[in-house]
Amino acid sequence: MKLNDEQQMLQDSVARLMADKGPVSHLRQLRDENNEKGYDEPLWQAMVEAGLTGILVPEEHGGIGFGLVGAGLVAREIGRNLSVTPFLSSAVLGAAALSAGGSDAQKAEWLPAIAEGRAITALAVDDGAKHRPEAIQARVENGTLSGAKLLVLDGHVADLLLVAAQGDNGAGLYLVDPNAGGVTIERTRMADDRNAARVRFDNAPAEAMADGAAALDAALRAGRAVLAAELSGLALEVFERTLAYLKERKQFGRLIGTFQALQHRAALLSGEVAMSEALAMQALDACDRGAEDADQLVLAAKSKAAKVALLAGQEGVQMHGGIGMTDEFDIGFFLKRARAGGETLGDANYCADRFAALRGY
Amino acid sequence: MSDLEPFRAETRAWLEANCPEEMRQPMKSQSEHCWGGRKWEFQSEAQKVWLERMADKGWTAPQWPKEYGGGGLTPEEAAILDEEMKRINARTPVSNFGFWMLGPALLKFGSEELKRQHLPPICRGEIRWCQGYSEPNAGSDLASLQTRAEDKGDHFLVNGQKIWTSYADKADWIFCLVRTDPNATKHNGISFVLFDMESEGVTTRPIELISGESPFCETFFDDVKVDKDQVVGELNRGWDVAKYLLTHERNNIGGEPPGFLKGRALGPLAAEYVGTENGKLADTALRADIARLEIDQIAFTALVGKIRAEAEAGQGVGAQSAVLKYYGTELNKRRYEVMMDALGAEGLEWDSERTMGGLYAREWLRSKGNSIEGGTSEVMLGIVSKRLLGLPDA
Repeated sequence: MKLNDEQQMLQDSVARLMADKGPVSHLRQLRDENNEKGYDEPLWQAMVEAGLTGILVPEEHGGIGFGLVGAGLVAREIGRNLSVTPFLSSAVLGAAALSAGGSDAQKAEWLPAIAEGRAITALAVDDGAKHRPEAIQARVENGTLSGAKLLVLDGHVADLLLVAAQGDNGAGLYLVDPNAGGVTIERTRMADDRNAARVRFDNAPAEAMADGAAALDAALRAGRAVLAAELSGLALEVFERTLAYLKERKQFGRLIGTFQALQHRAALLSGEVAMSEALAMQALDACDRGAEDADQLVLAAKSKAAKVALLAGQEGVQMHGGIGMTDEFDIGFFLKRARAGGETLGDANYCADRFAALRGY
Repeated sequence: MSDLEPFRAETRAWLEANCPEEMRQPMKSQSEHCWGGRKWEFQSEAQKVWLERMADKGWTAPQWPKEYGGGGLTPEEAAILDEEMKRINARTPVSNFGFWMLGPALLKFGSEELKRQHLPPICRGEIRWCQGYSEPNAGSDLASLQTRAEDKGDHFLVNGQKIWTSYADKADWIFCLVRTDPNATKHNGISFVLFDMESEGVTTRPIELISGESPFCETFFDDVKVDKDQVVGELNRGWDVAKYLLTHERNNIGGEPPGFLKGRALGPLAAEYVGTENGKLADTALRADIARLEIDQIAFTALVGKIRAEAEAGQGVGAQSAVLKYYGTELNKRRYEVMMDALGAEGLEWDSERTMGGLYAREWLRSKGNSIEGGTSEVMLGIVSKRLLGLPDA
């Protein structure tokens, strides 16, 4: 697929915004000061002003309805800069879930709030350390939800929790007020210095959606596709930084980029990154077009991007040598995010397993 | 697009009326492919008729100009012809190195006389071509080739040896890289010449591969006379032609593998041999291998699409062809490895009827050459690192 003019303009403006207002140095600063909110508030405000928080919200609810390709373009730049915002949890997962499965009243209440940045939502799916949405453990009975969730991104700053639980009609998402009784939130800082939370629900009041199963499906599909774009952007950035280093670092009296052993590793990485990016865009586009094979492509894209981002992180550290192991140098942040982003909403193995199932083997 | 609909309708009707039923059946093996040429013996009347009818339309080379025997179709029309042929499973009426390699070289570099002499017989399937590039001491380092063409006034005298000449024993003519200026630097003294394989002094010897097949030959030239008007492009500038063709060749690699695996999904194939449990392949490690391979294949296809789209937008494929060649061939090798894992002992049978004469094992072994011929994987990575990534020379 090729970007249309509108998408190209979005990519250019988001690239400037993220490089300018959300660079890697902000992530480092947030970590060092152990920031209470844990995300880049000035950047988030700038994204609200640019309309990016409403990128998936339909125009009738105050968004710009740009579709998943648009959201992927934003995520790509987030990946390149390791920008820290609740974009994924709120603007992607929250907006996709509510648009697909919310009642009219729920949409009217929450979608404009997401688009205008007045509310942050968080998705709580995983009951255990591994993503298994086919076997949700948390339960809703008589309007109250019980269970325990982890890897709830931005859970400690959320205004609304979207919680996957078993109900009378199988598994689906429920709306839970994080300030309600029976909800206990523990912020867990992760290796990538992002926000996640463990959340316990003890008979917490839960509100059903119009179609909670559709909401869960839509959130997972959108989230994986957008993460594939973020991870591809991350891999591209690591590759470009590493390539630049090969052209400036000297050992044995010459540039290390003259060594064939490193040239071939760089060439292989460049190809892997290009494939990851191309597939991520194809998957996002397939979702927007409602293509029949969209689910397969999304799983393939997430699986591929998770692998490639991790490869890039590892190769980036290795080819930078000792300096790549230091905290002072930024490359390690990318490696950490590659692993955390890869794990989120299903790792490479999980996605490959589901892909195989959809392909019938 | 709608103005192409009449062309599609006409094409569909013509194919329906003219493509013999036998030529709409899938090939059982590569041996049913029509290569054409003076020595070609048609395997059926249908194969002969199909070639003649398509050649009369110019559709054996749809995009070549009509005056040279081609169809004069635009890329869009050619794509429609291709789709319509696929729709009825029509076989390619004829193809050989004349179509893939020499034709594009002549169209870009050849004189008017050479085009008129050589292109129409290619289109009619009358002359089959082979390619004389590699030599025993010039493989990856092709430009170090030593086969010499001495200027004898009214002709060249060619002496030397080529290797990996595809089907040299079955071809009628050869396009050949020869050294015409031994004193020039290695890339600058090479010419691209054409001559008849029946010329005095040409001998060929097939090379048996690990697959047991012999698609390649050693070819020897002993005082072979070559007309001086049979030089494509400028004298001593043959490397430009060779480079153009190598890029062209690499470009055509990628996408679907040829042979047995064409159009075959590995999952169902594996299920026949390893069985299933709860709807999943019983061999879970194999299942994971297949899934990862298919994901990589989809990712590669997405990249091919992106690169081709950028090329159409005028950015050119250029050195990107090395990326396509590298991944296309490496993926194909992986597919055959996974296929052999799935087939087990049956895949190892070397000549049974059950395996169509050991087709699986032979194609598996043949695929190993993919990452060697047309530039090795290592040469491709070198091109990527220097020309695309701008990494410095030692």
